[in-house]
Amino acid sequence: MIRTAWRNALAHKARLAMTMLAVLLGTAFVSGTLVFTGTLSGAYTRSSEKSFTDLDVQLRSATNAGGHDTRRLLDELLLRRAAALPGAQRATGTVSGFAALADRHGKLVGQGWKTRGVGYSSPGHGRPAHGSGAPGNGASVDGGPGFSMVEGRGPVAAGEVALDVKTAERTGYRVGDSVRLSVSGPVLVGKVTGLFRTDDGNVAAGGTLTLFDTATAQRLFAAPGHYNQIDLTAAPGTTPERLKREAAKLVPHGVEAVTAAELTDEQADENTTSFRQLAQVLLGCAGIALFVGVFLIVNTFTMLIDRRTRELALLRAVGATRGQVVRAVLAEAGLVGLVAGAAGLACGVGVAAVVRAVLSAAGANLPDGPLVVGAAPVAAAPALGVGVTVLAAWAPARRAAKIPPVAALSAVHAPPGARSLAVRNTVGAVLAAIGAVLAAAASAIPGGRIALGLGAVLLMVGVLVLTPLLSRPVIAAAGPALRRFGTAGRLAGQNAVRDPRRTAATASALTIGLALVACLSVIGASANRTVKELAASNWRADYQITMANDGPLTAGTEAALRRLGEVTATSPRREVPAQVKGAEPTVVGFRASDIDRLLDMHFAEGSFAPGNTAVVDRKTADSNGWKLGDTIQVTWPDGFRSSLKLTGIYVNRLDGGVKTDISVMDPHLNRVTDNQIMVKTEGGPSERAEAALRRTLGDSPAIKVENKDEVVGGITGTVGLVLNVLYGMLVLAVVIAVLGVVNTLAMSVHERAREIGLLRAVGLDRAEVRRMIRLEAVAISLLGGVLGVLLGAFLGWALGELVASLGFDSWTLVLPWGRLVLVVGAAALVGVTAAVWPARRAARLDILAAIRTE
Amino acid sequence: MSETIPETSEGGAADAVAARAEDLTKVYGQGETEVVALDRVTVAFGRGRFTAIMGPSGSGKSTLMHCMAGLDSISAGSSRIEEVELTGLDDRRLTRLRRDRIGFVFQAFNLLPTLTASENITLPLDIAGRRPDPGWVERIVTTLGLARRLGHRPGELSGGQQQRVALARALAGRPAIIFADEPTGNLDSRAGAEVLGFLRDSVRDLGQTVVMVTHDPVAASYADRVVFLADGRVAGELHEPTADRVLDRVKALDSPGTVS
Repeated sequence: MIRTAWRNALAHKARLAMTMLAVLLGTAFVSGTLVFTGTLSGAYTRSSEKSFTDLDVQLRSATNAGGHDTRRLLDELLLRRAAALPGAQRATGTVSGFAALADRHGKLVGQGWKTRGVGYSSPGHGRPAHGSGAPGNGASVDGGPGFSMVEGRGPVAAGEVALDVKTAERTGYRVGDSVRLSVSGPVLVGKVTGLFRTDDGNVAAGGTLTLFDTATAQRLFAAPGHYNQIDLTAAPGTTPERLKREAAKLVPHGVEAVTAAELTDEQADENTTSFRQLAQVLLGCAGIALFVGVFLIVNTFTMLIDRRTRELALLRAVGATRGQVVRAVLAEAGLVGLVAGAAGLACGVGVAAVVRAVLSAAGANLPDGPLVVGAAPVAAAPALGVGVTVLAAWAPARRAAKIPPVAALSAVHAPPGARSLAVRNTVGAVLAAIGAVLAAAASAIPGGRIALGLGAVLLMVGVLVLTPLLSRPVIAAAGPALRRFGTAGRLAGQNAVRDPRRTAATASALTIGLALVACLSVIGASANRTVKELAASNWRADYQITMANDGPLTAGTEAALRRLGEVTATSPRREVPAQVKGAEPTVVGFRASDIDRLLDMHFAEGSFAPGNTAVVDRKTADSNGWKLGDTIQVTWPDGFRSSLKLTGIYVNRLDGGVKTDISVMDPHLNRVTDNQIMVKTEGGPSERAEAALRRTLGDSPAIKVENKDEVVGGITGTVGLVLNVLYGMLVLAVVIAVLGVVNTLAMSVHERAREIGLLRAVGLDRAEVRRMIRLEAVAISLLGGVLGVLLGAFLGWALGELVASLGFDSWTLVLPWGRLVLVVGAAALVGVTAAVWPARRAARLDILAAIRTE
Repeated sequence: MSETIPETSEGGAADAVAARAEDLTKVYGQGETEVVALDRVTVAFGRGRFTAIMGPSGSGKSTLMHCMAGLDSISAGSSRIEEVELTGLDDRRLTRLRRDRIGFVFQAFNLLPTLTASENITLPLDIAGRRPDPGWVERIVTTLGLARRLGHRPGELSGGQQQRVALARALAGRPAIIFADEPTGNLDSRAGAEVLGFLRDSVRDLGQTVVMVTHDPVAASYADRVVFLADGRVAGELHEPTADRVLDRVKALDSPGTVS
């Protein structure tokens, strides 16, 4: 049976080409994703391992300190005591944080989140000596982990910095130059005293590293006399574990000791997790592509079996059982899947290598490392190939088994095609109805997300099941348009609905991809409109000031802005982790006196009031039964509690929770930082006002000053970017759908060779034959496109309703007609593209061969 | 000869020619595998006449029809439909010639399964974008007894009915000539006789020119004239044939020694 399967697969390799290609593309995407993310994850992990080579044990603020800020515990005293541990050879305190460096044109160097500044402290037994780096080429300097000065010396005083060599090369900065830096507020100017080489992972990945003297770094990133972490090196003969045990006895509550091995594991886990998310999105798209491929495979095997009816009947006549026939078909499918999957694996590895090279060439600065081809992709690609193909061939195989042996003998071997669609239509209608109701009602019932997900899947499946039924009216609706193309158009319309199952399966592949595209378009357009309307109804500020990396701004920033003559109102937005029973564990601080001029919070009752007060959104108030005048308890990060009087209840517009005046929270904060600063200027936004703000911030490269339009543009731009990435991912599904249309047309041309020959004999010329095939393809593709757009728009609406019901009550449904029409147009283009090769074949058919009688 | 005949002549003058081949040669393959299917065949088909082409299989009778009907290319010589020389016509012109000037009845698979009988009948006219002459089509349909079958699809028609629809299609456009390739090959004798009767009637009553390829002496006996082909050459002809006379000639052709 295997040999029969193999022979059959070989005999039909042309017919199976599209199936192979579809499976290959899908599995290549899967294995490419796994190899690419595995490789990057491995490379990042290796580069972070390097960062831990100079330490054995690290003391740091405990990760689960119950919201308490314990960084203050990492001080000079602890460093000294840690250095005195019997197992410790050396203890180094380090302070580091975000530090943006401006290039000669004032632009940020490197990507925002990878630019780091580090306190440069020489080691010692607890004595943080400043910059004892010996100048000289390549001489290793005891300047903390992995910094070796190649030029100049390390920074020893405020206003001095050292840059990594890579950054210096990129910017052209040299020793003696003045550079502008921004950490979390107004700009700093530093003089470059030295350049160093580092194997820091972030620098390898395109970031920058700036060294400060320890005191400056402590002032910038922690507090005077404090560190972010203390790194210990074990004395000879002491294992890291033993040192860890010694250190654990020493450290106060809230500080923990971890070994380098544990740090490496953590980092590896973190990398794996972040790449797993990327992988999940990519694999989701690959899954859709493979699912789309299933339709193509079903069509191919149905056609192969119809054509082999006699042959299979003969097998049955000479004694093969039904089971053997099924197994023969499935074995053939399995072989096809295996070959395609193996080829897919090879292509996937290639694609991963190429993508990495292309990204690197485009300046993405990915870490180096060998291509990691793990067991997962090696196993997944062939397994998926076989699985998908065999699963898709299941139904056709069952049909093959039902061919009666007598079919071998009868002269007329009509393929068992004319089965009733009644059952199918009933099932489809029921599924679609349940799905539609679930999706539409999702916003009104608890557990709406699950209901919507389930409803969407049911509706989608229902419509796919119903597509044969829908194909006739939809394509009939295109009749008048088709008839404009004369006989070729009329015949194309009729041919398109001749085998409703095949047409439906072909169109369905397109329906899936285009439904997702349409759904995303609706969501994207609605999100953009919603953001704009929210901004219009909430925003009163003229400018919003944030860090380029969305990091914290120092408190001094707002103070500097307040002093400016043009500024009439400012308020920070200070998010603090604080426990409030019955509310989100975050309390937001505003400058209560100014906030009304900067933000319309849509108060339903009351307003902001000075003193120990708070306001809360209506939903939270209702769920806790809070009323104006009630007192709520807040536990601050330092452990202290405040009783705040409720003076206002506002309508939730995107941003809910407990809000209070900054004067209430500031006493409980170790280090005051702002997430953003809102500014109102005299006479509204103007170039002059903006210039004044920027000047006050020292034209810092790391700080963004944006007006309302720019903020909205930033958000809509991000939405657009995400959508474009997703559209890009769906391209593969559409490509496979195109292959499906090509496959179906090629089959049709082959099966209708005699018809085409007859048409040619009685007077249809080649151009008209090509047009006939092209129009058939367009009709099938439009069927898929129209169903997809309708389905996608409906799902987009349902998703929006759900979002609105989850508190996002300003969600505005927008149907982007232009884009939806574009999607339908794309479907037509798919048809035209897919028809190129089959139409050419049809036009070249030899008339005589076609009409010759056997 | 053909030059002297007005194009619109429908009278069925026996001396007028609807199609003519001169030194028509058809060679398949090249070099070692070269096969001469037609070897300098010269033949003319009279306007308003019913001509049968006979010959053993491999004699070239189908090839002759294909070449003269513009379905296959010609290696050498010339072939005309009325005044139009086929050699040198490109595919588009040949297609248009077939559509407008030639009717076809094939042995099997004459009709498009998606079209009704009526749509099949007017197919070439529809392709050409020409409006069928309703009176003419009605006359053909009535004559062929298809009036009550017009809305049926080929799958719902018997073999004989299908061939009659094919004949109606061939007649609908009033072509210069109808080529029929074994039109009764797939029919039982009763249905076959019916179709042959209609073919003959279309010549006698409607003045149509018909050329039929067949290997059946009985079918050939319906014709006014039988042209015999053997080994790609004309091997004689017979006027006012009967089935017996045709059979005798066929036997003579088949027997060894008579092959020229």
